[in-house]
Amino acid sequence: MTATATTTDPQPSYKWVGTRPVRHDGLDKVTGRARYGADLNLPGMLIGAVLRSPHAHARILAIDNSAAEAMEGVRAVVTGADFPMLESEMGGSGEEFVDFRDLCRNVMARDKVLYEGHALAAVAATSRREALAALDAIKVDYEVLPHVLDVSLAMAPDAPILHEDMITEGVDPAPDGPSNVADRYVIDRGDIEKGFAEADVIVEREFVTQPVHQGYIEPHAVVADVGEDGKATVFCSSQGHFMVRSFTARLLGWEPSRVKVIPAEIGGGFGGKTTVYVEPVATRLSQKAGRPVKIVMTRDEVFRATGPTSGCKISLKVGATRDGRLTAVSGSMAYQAGAFKGSPASLGCMCAFAPYAIENVFLEGLDVVVNMPKVAAYRAPGAPMASFASETLLDEIAEELGMDPLEFRLRNAAEEGVRSVYGPIFKRIGFKETVEAVRDHPQYSIELGPNQGRGVASGFWFNFGGSSSATVHINEDGSASVLTGSPDIGGSRASMALMAAEELGIDIYDISPIVSDTESVGFTDVTGGSRVTHATGMAVIDACRKVVADLRARAAKVWDVDVSEVEWVDGRAQHVSGDRAPITARDLAADAAGTGGPITASAAVNARGAGAAFSTQVCDVEVDPETGAVKILRYTTAQDAGRAIHPSYVEGQMQGGVAQGIGWALNEEYIFDSGGTMENPGFLDYRMPVASDLPMIDTVIVEVPNPGHPYGVRGVGEVGIVPPMAAVANAIHDATGLRLSELPMSPVKVLEAIGANGG
Amino acid sequence: MSRTHVTCTINGDPAEFLCDSDQTLLDALRDVVGLMGVKEGCATGDCGACSAILDGRLTCSCLVFAPEAEAATIETVEGMAGPDGLHPLQDAFLEGAALQCGICTPGFLVAGKALLDRNPDPDEEEVRYAIAGNLCRCTGYDKIVRSILDAAAQMREAAPAS
Repeated sequence: MTATATTTDPQPSYKWVGTRPVRHDGLDKVTGRARYGADLNLPGMLIGAVLRSPHAHARILAIDNSAAEAMEGVRAVVTGADFPMLESEMGGSGEEFVDFRDLCRNVMARDKVLYEGHALAAVAATSRREALAALDAIKVDYEVLPHVLDVSLAMAPDAPILHEDMITEGVDPAPDGPSNVADRYVIDRGDIEKGFAEADVIVEREFVTQPVHQGYIEPHAVVADVGEDGKATVFCSSQGHFMVRSFTARLLGWEPSRVKVIPAEIGGGFGGKTTVYVEPVATRLSQKAGRPVKIVMTRDEVFRATGPTSGCKISLKVGATRDGRLTAVSGSMAYQAGAFKGSPASLGCMCAFAPYAIENVFLEGLDVVVNMPKVAAYRAPGAPMASFASETLLDEIAEELGMDPLEFRLRNAAEEGVRSVYGPIFKRIGFKETVEAVRDHPQYSIELGPNQGRGVASGFWFNFGGSSSATVHINEDGSASVLTGSPDIGGSRASMALMAAEELGIDIYDISPIVSDTESVGFTDVTGGSRVTHATGMAVIDACRKVVADLRARAAKVWDVDVSEVEWVDGRAQHVSGDRAPITARDLAADAAGTGGPITASAAVNARGAGAAFSTQVCDVEVDPETGAVKILRYTTAQDAGRAIHPSYVEGQMQGGVAQGIGWALNEEYIFDSGGTMENPGFLDYRMPVASDLPMIDTVIVEVPNPGHPYGVRGVGEVGIVPPMAAVANAIHDATGLRLSELPMSPVKVLEAIGANGG
Repeated sequence: MSRTHVTCTINGDPAEFLCDSDQTLLDALRDVVGLMGVKEGCATGDCGACSAILDGRLTCSCLVFAPEAEAATIETVEGMAGPDGLHPLQDAFLEGAALQCGICTPGFLVAGKALLDRNPDPDEEEVRYAIAGNLCRCTGYDKIVRSILDAAAQMREAAPAS
């Protein structure tokens, strides 16, 4: 492959970490054997379907499902009345927080529907045809209400109010009446007026972005089976089966132990599968019908009812001195939350300027509810839109100063010891190294032709740690099973096996990495926040170290020596003086009964030391002045991985983030009609990049080890999607002289801008 | 509703199944025949996860009615590996880390096979257009394109000199 790794530390000599073995689950996934959410059928299974609101905002006056219940083949019908009304209480899924009061209303509407596609009833029948016919037979009386989608209109005094009891938080004194602004978040540091007074150059601009969807190829799918004992077995794909267990139980008014969740393979999530939609519904239907119930969303339902991420209005102002020092930033960012509070506006404020050392900062984030699906996490939630704005302005200011944009970034780069814009002091980070890697990459000096341009941008993501569990068994033949609770969304089984092989000193293919169900391994937070290789990896390493300690103790017992005289080297116990023949893991395993019983250990962590992630990217484009079409000619992304456990899958995360970012930059957007109905809920009209839209995406893995992980791992999943929108916009500017501040930069918008510029 | 009896060849084996007249080939392959390697991503022919080779042509099985498969020859991902092991494309995808979540992988393998069946020596652009009907949201296509090119090269090397 094309990747080159750079490092600032002497590279420790690892046998397995940093190699590229074939992933353990690969064979199942290239032969069609792997079982995803929709791939399970059970005897006697019913098919569930969900009735969804045709209105963006309406009061539910009455639901009459008597005709549907009487239909042949219909075995159960549920509405909001079949689920408990939950009070406001925050719960976590590892990366995002959710208010169960809102979640229970999102899964099944009560009183009001808040977006087109909002679920308000569901049926289970003996076939999909019968289920759909039953949905048609459910009569709903609506009082249609005015709706609002645009954040500015939603904040206007005369806006339709979604929640009559929503009083803006974070404002002192609290407002007298309700509004659609759920929360105002503020970062206020230093002295903004002084900072701008010191600036020689000030740029400011307003930016607009549209909602975009995670676009995972596998629709949400679940099979729920409630037994005669009242216990539920739920098979589904998700980013966290423990999250599905706790959320499903909570929404049904049950204890979590009443639900067992078996993780299917997951066909993409990108944050969008960190919450529940159909899982509690299928479970309640199964309970009512006494039969297993399967619900598989259509693609249309995925777009209309599951989490896109926010569209935004962002106004920013940046000041710098003539010698290229940032003196102040200020601005406001309003993010669509969808129907319920909880947009990533605060994260946008924290991330936008996080790569830089800036003294004077005032940023306001507004969380605004509107009549579209509740937003869900999407890869580095909140950061991409904010960085589209901030990194475009940095390009503009560097241009005004006549300075190379990478040099400008280096001059202001945050490093170890600097207080970040969002508060904490950075530990060891590799931001500068990513900028230097792009500066030194051949692409940065390739000559450009007519209508071509080059843009750069950087990005930051926190990365998360969180709770993870792991269990390691040494089998009778000396092989090892490594059980974790982290769904493998992009090669994490291979990463777990690599770290286990390194610790145990046994061959990578003598390790079976297993994603265990909720009853077979300890609690584990969702696969999200770029946390799995870091946090679940630490649990695996800890469990392996316990196993090694046990193996050493057993060898000491066999040799009748003190355990301090036993070392574990290359999968064997060795006596320090060398006067005893080494004992392999295999031999110790074969005689485990004689030395104390089976060899097994578990470990659990709440990891705190997730190292921050940075990415810097360069994009070359060609703009067709006749059509406004933007072609990506070349693309390179440099990212600090801390330590790449499996470099191929690190590259894959980097490339995938860039591809999603390019789609966000150029094509993707939710389009609504005047009634608030999504007009493009399919892959034909919601156009994600295909292979012929993209070039090869070159990767440079930078390795500045994270002091918070035994191997130096930093999460790599998310930060790659942060820079592309600004990188593309800055490249378009370089090609055309136009500053585009609205996403997506589709041919129509580019052509309009060329026309407005007298082109 | 009366059901339609379909006789066809699936992955080299004679096969027959009963389907509804309005059932898609995708649904019949998955829910009647049991070939769960054929995936549904959209059911509108836009994502290619349900790709199958129908009488030699790359086809979205969600856009074909099951009764249309009467007398047809159908190839799916389940038929790619043989007694001698994996198809070179499957090997190349594993070696090249061309999959992350893997839900689109069967479709890409089938689309890749359809390409290499008719063009054993494609260039990068030909590969990109041959798989442009298949959506992958994880990889950015880089490693998929490289793996198909690698598999083509391996197959040309292994082919008896003509």
